[in-house]
Amino acid sequence: MATEATPIEGDGIAAEVGTLPDIARREPGGWWVPAAVVLLLAVLPALISPYAQDLVARIAIYAIFALSLELLVGATGLVSLGHAAFLGIGAYAVVLGSGDAGAPLLLLLALAVGGAAGYALFVGALSLRTRGVYFIMVTLAFAQMAYFVVHDTQAGGGSDGIFLYVKPVLAIGGNTLLDLGEHLPFYYCVIAALAATYGLLAMLLGSRFGHALAGIRVSEQRMRAAGFPTYPYKLAAFVIAGALAGLAGALLAIQDGAVNPELLGWHESGAVLLMIILGGLGSLRGAVIGAAAFTLLKELVQSEALLGPLASHWQMTLGLAIIAFVALLPKGLIGLGALLRGKTHG
Amino acid sequence: MAEPALLRASGLVRRFGGLAAVDAVSIDLRVGEIHAVIGTNGAGKSTLVNMLSGELPPSSGSVSFAGHDVTRWPQPRRARAGLGRSYQRTTIFNEFSVLENCRLAAQARAPGPWAFWQRAGRDAPSLAAAKGALDAAGIAAFAARTAGTLSHGAKRQLEIAMCLATAPRALLLDEPLAGMGGEESGRMLALLTTLKAGHAILLVEHDMDAVFRVADRITVMVNGRVIASDVPEKIRVDPAVREAYLGNDDSPTLAAGAAALPPEGARPALGRPGGQPDAT
Repeated sequence: MATEATPIEGDGIAAEVGTLPDIARREPGGWWVPAAVVLLLAVLPALISPYAQDLVARIAIYAIFALSLELLVGATGLVSLGHAAFLGIGAYAVVLGSGDAGAPLLLLLALAVGGAAGYALFVGALSLRTRGVYFIMVTLAFAQMAYFVVHDTQAGGGSDGIFLYVKPVLAIGGNTLLDLGEHLPFYYCVIAALAATYGLLAMLLGSRFGHALAGIRVSEQRMRAAGFPTYPYKLAAFVIAGALAGLAGALLAIQDGAVNPELLGWHESGAVLLMIILGGLGSLRGAVIGAAAFTLLKELVQSEALLGPLASHWQMTLGLAIIAFVALLPKGLIGLGALLRGKTHG
Repeated sequence: MAEPALLRASGLVRRFGGLAAVDAVSIDLRVGEIHAVIGTNGAGKSTLVNMLSGELPPSSGSVSFAGHDVTRWPQPRRARAGLGRSYQRTTIFNEFSVLENCRLAAQARAPGPWAFWQRAGRDAPSLAAAKGALDAAGIAAFAARTAGTLSHGAKRQLEIAMCLATAPRALLLDEPLAGMGGEESGRMLALLTTLKAGHAILLVEHDMDAVFRVADRITVMVNGRVIASDVPEKIRVDPAVREAYLGNDDSPTLAAGAAALPPEGARPALGRPGGQPDAT
């Protein structure tokens, strides 16, 4: 059989692959849409209040968190119900690493990302030996384990959590370049982190590694028959997802100036799963849109000005709203565009 | 039979609880030969293939491939060593293009699979292997099509092409003709005959007519055991085989197949190998 010897039709074939609606996950507008969104986010602070800036930064942080889970659920087909553990570990790493005296930003970020990645390596190595509903349960169990460690120990600060006394700064030789205690530098730092995360994941999914993950999602049996050792691929995806969730957690701790055990709780794991389902599985943009929609929806249903006495029952309103969304938009918010186009054409 | 056996299984046993689904089966495959395994439903054919491919560990017995004892090798390692398989149920990636299906399969053996900064569609070695496999399987014309839109016959060919893209030396084909019409079957059989020049092929098949047309050797399994293994001419007149097939009212297909066996020496001619499939 001809393999290496066969001359390939170079770019012709490559272009063929690239233009197909396959696993390259090419979405309408290519790179322009995400680039335009980043640009918009960059000029936004000039137009909105500090309160709104904080809200946008919060959405961006949850978007990083949602993107990290999308790599597992949407891209690889691994449904984890314990993803908040990595968010929480990232957050706690910043607060514990900072202590009373504070610590350099890069060190804290490294601690958060490294800590979350380390726990993901441990959890992934064990949980990826199981499948389906067992995988869901094992990831949940490991997250609850981490939850109780911070909830029930002195070092973890107990159920009240811990304050971050000193917001980290990026300084070189005594010159402060970035003080994350200030609104604007923090805002830009978060937007940069979101752009970097999105870019990294887009690159990963378009690579051979990403295509292998997509193959595993569709048929792991087929991939093994072709010769892929699927376990290390899944483990790598799990660790990358954990590391990125740790980054989101670190930013969350810096924004709030405090951490509490609920960050690692299963509510949080469920919420991020809802974000990517709400936005539309199988799409990076969907994860970002889902994070924005979920966060805004939560703000909305908690607003007494808008909903009056109903605001105190916001969990019920939020639940009903999400059920309605999922029922009406089975492909998520990202499917809305295609749905509208289809309606006008059909 | 000048070629030494490429794949050899000795005394394979697989028990599920108290039942021996495969019981002391020995079989070998040589390059240049199509070795067919036939038998009634539940005879243990698929279990045998799963043990050869490494998806199922045997309860006892051993498998050697190209001079290595691969009994304890997991499936991906056997696949990379050159042991390819196809499935009875089509397992292609429906949402990917036909070319990408093969390219992805070929990627398992291409160097540098972790290079995450490089776009998959620009990976020259796996693209070349994929292109070659599509040509060999006769579906190069469909390279750009989304795999899910292919006809059933073309999907089965793609299943074989994905196997070929990994540059295997032995092919384990589990009912490649399942659900195919006459013309599609003829094309697939022609493809198998072409492939046997460079591959050792194990063919599990229900279609007796097809088996007797292309097989060089036939192993007959009943209730997990081998009752006969020989060239088709001998199998056709083997009393144990005729007893097992014609005496069993539960398997009308096989009985009909055995009854319809063409007389010795009258092998029907095959279609031209590598012919283009119809573009449906």
